[in-house]
Amino acid sequence: MHAPNPQPSPDMTRGTRTLQMPMADDSRPAADAASKLSTDHLSFYYGDFQALDGITMKIYGNQVTAFIGPSGCGKSTFLRTLNRMNETVKKTRVEGEICLDGENISRLEVSEVRRRVGMVFQKSNPFPKSIFDNVAYGLRINGLATRATLREKVEHSLRRAALWDEVKDKLNQSAYGLSGGQQQRLCIARALAVDPEVLLLDEPCSALDPIATAKIEDLIFQLKSSCTIVIVTHNMQQAARVADYTGFFLLGRLIEFDSTTVIFKNPARKETEDYVTGRFG
Amino acid sequence: MAATSTTVASAGPSRPAPSFVQRLRSGDQIAHLITFGAAVVVLLITAWLVFELYTNSVLSRNKFGWKFLFTSTWDPVAGEFGALPFIYGTTVTAALSLLLAIPLGVGAAIFLAELAPPRISDALTFLIELLAAVPSVIIGLLGVFVLIPILRTVEPSIRAVLGWTPLFQGPFYGVSVFSAGVVLAIMIVPFIISISREIILSVPGDQREAALALGATRWETTWDVVVPYARKGIMGSIFLALARALGETMAVTMVIGNDPKIKASLFAPGYSIAAVIANEFTEATGDLYTGALIELGLVLFGLTILINAVARLLVVSTTSQGSAR
Amino acid sequence: MTLHLIRRKTVNWVMLSLTGLCTLIASGILFFILGYLAIHGAASLNWNFFTKLPTPVGETGGGMANAIVGSAKLLLLASLFGVPIGFLGGVYLAEFGGSAFSFFVRYTTDLLNGVPSIVIGIFAYTVIVLPQKHFSTLAGGLALGVMMIPIAVRSTEEFLRAVPTSLREGAMALGASKAKTILTVVIPAAKHGILTGIMLDLARVAGETAPLLFTSFSNRFWSPGWEQPTAALPVMIFTYAIAPYEDWHQQAWSAGFVLLALVLTVNIIARIILSKKGPVPR
Repeated sequence: MHAPNPQPSPDMTRGTRTLQMPMADDSRPAADAASKLSTDHLSFYYGDFQALDGITMKIYGNQVTAFIGPSGCGKSTFLRTLNRMNETVKKTRVEGEICLDGENISRLEVSEVRRRVGMVFQKSNPFPKSIFDNVAYGLRINGLATRATLREKVEHSLRRAALWDEVKDKLNQSAYGLSGGQQQRLCIARALAVDPEVLLLDEPCSALDPIATAKIEDLIFQLKSSCTIVIVTHNMQQAARVADYTGFFLLGRLIEFDSTTVIFKNPARKETEDYVTGRFG
Repeated sequence: MAATSTTVASAGPSRPAPSFVQRLRSGDQIAHLITFGAAVVVLLITAWLVFELYTNSVLSRNKFGWKFLFTSTWDPVAGEFGALPFIYGTTVTAALSLLLAIPLGVGAAIFLAELAPPRISDALTFLIELLAAVPSVIIGLLGVFVLIPILRTVEPSIRAVLGWTPLFQGPFYGVSVFSAGVVLAIMIVPFIISISREIILSVPGDQREAALALGATRWETTWDVVVPYARKGIMGSIFLALARALGETMAVTMVIGNDPKIKASLFAPGYSIAAVIANEFTEATGDLYTGALIELGLVLFGLTILINAVARLLVVSTTSQGSAR
Repeated sequence: MTLHLIRRKTVNWVMLSLTGLCTLIASGILFFILGYLAIHGAASLNWNFFTKLPTPVGETGGGMANAIVGSAKLLLLASLFGVPIGFLGGVYLAEFGGSAFSFFVRYTTDLLNGVPSIVIGIFAYTVIVLPQKHFSTLAGGLALGVMMIPIAVRSTEEFLRAVPTSLREGAMALGASKAKTILTVVIPAAKHGILTGIMLDLARVAGETAPLLFTSFSNRFWSPGWEQPTAALPVMIFTYAIAPYEDWHQQAWSAGFVLLALVLTVNIIARIILSKKGPVPR
């Protein structure tokens, strides 16, 4: 837990997947490249309380970005502004801009934003419907499938979520019959069904055992090529394993944002270094 | 060995005088006994009630047997009694009341649970629950002098739209099965609202969040996700409301028309089990007549017990909504 | 914005507005009832109503004094019968319960609560009126008393259960027996809830008409003692409302106003007390 120099140790790699090590720059977007999502001086208030302070950052397409930081630092709050889920709470206020492909999301239709920027929650929350209907839900309400194409799209999403083989014979059974890890993958399939460009994951593994966690981390790696992933995690090792970029939050501010290896091996800020080396947190 | 302890406490617990201990123990026994006795009395009264209903309807039960439930003659003069017109009237008025009260009640419950700010929601719910406290006879009073005149003015329009069905044909004099249904709907709607609202409020927030995050509108979230999740409890509230509707006496008696015939039209007068007992009990001549009315009471008893049992299975208690809350 | 999205948003707006309309209607009904009774009932309310006996049809100046007193007597009898049994039964379930027997008792209590009031009237009739061969206040009081029991039981049980275990343990640790603890600590802690529960129970049976129709029946005069039929407010409302006389209708409105005012006042007071004290009495 408190390795002085948190070089990810061998036992944190898994199977055939190895940790992302810094590679030649041609695989990374240039620093001034267009971002999938970006924020500009984003501040957020719950009533009078300021939860986020002037956050400016870019999230690059087809990469995995992780947010880390101690409890209460605002990383989940920030995540929820990205798909305007913060609007479901009363008396909140957003200042600054959030842009999706360069467009300010507050000017877009909220249903559209949420379809394009999907979310998976900390505790899996499948609907009290069958497995099939759970995945089909987003497709149905957004009018994205005809009766003919629905089955196909549901299967496709379940395959993308690496759940198809486990549920293909029980699509009509209740989602609650699945294990915790399976339910979470079902929620991922449900989110993927509407073909989001970005997938926000809010501590998706915190309620899961290590094996289920490993499956989801593998999944994240595979999804990256078709989707932009943003993940909030309280588990630094997880960030180190899966993320290309990492942002460190503290007390509502984005302290540092850089490629994961820089954050963990060579952080520029002292607070970042203190956190990743376990001196607090 | 000599004790070196400086305390003088004896090894065991201190022993007060036996009579005090005995008093203590018997105090508990007495309390247990008395309260147990009260609980037994409750059981006894209920059993006694069933017993009395059963034995006092013996003349009627022996004479008519099970046919009682299927016969539609109600002729006190000839001594021919059948429960069918009243079962019909009770069922139809209850069904009509549910038809009116369920959309109104569930709709209001959705608004109060999902849309209204908490203070307004609490205040309006308070008001609506007060409606449940209005005595039946007062609703009946308004039924007779306010509702029926209103219905008489509205009736031509209903007939214009729905008069092609046998349900809305025939003359309308105000007192009718239809009026009884409306009056019952008013009486049962608070139960549906109160319980459904609580159930909907208890649906976990993450269910709503999941739907919203997929781009659902508020209505889609509520209708497709929240309400199905709350389905069982809402059904329970409906069964509870039904049980109340079946047993309601006064308001129905005052507006139903008191006609023991089975007619297709809702505009026709009818009769419910509770209403006929209320109207004819004191005028019943002869033990067979009274026995038949008591047998009707037995039928009603059975019906409401059944429906309440179903409501209970759906996790709704009939008493907790009546008690102070 | 696609057409599909526009449609969804319209449906959203329409349906949510409809639910608001439903709420308006549902909450409006009570106001309407109150208002109507206030206008029609309060207007002709006068001193005679509270002090005079009913007069023959056509004569003015009559009142419902006997019905008011009758209702009061019936409620007194009902509480004497229903409250002790209900209260003690509730104490049993809360403090000595936990077995299959108490499950059975609870179930039966719920069952009894679901019995239509007119059927309870039949019970009181067969048990008292038939053997005595006459209607009486006693029979009416018994019917109402039986109706009070289930709510008193459940209400008492609920509020006793809400008293924190720590309070009981504190008393017992000081040497109090179970009975003493219940008597001196638990019941006092729950007393607000229990009392308001009983108040609400009384308010409920005060408005009941059906069980009185063939037990206490009715009476145009005073009903001394307990063995004669008696007038009661709800029964008078019923009788006068369905009669063909205009001045009787007027009296029915006044009586209705008085009854409703009483019932609602008790309900409002009880609920305010309860919401202040909260579900856990201190």
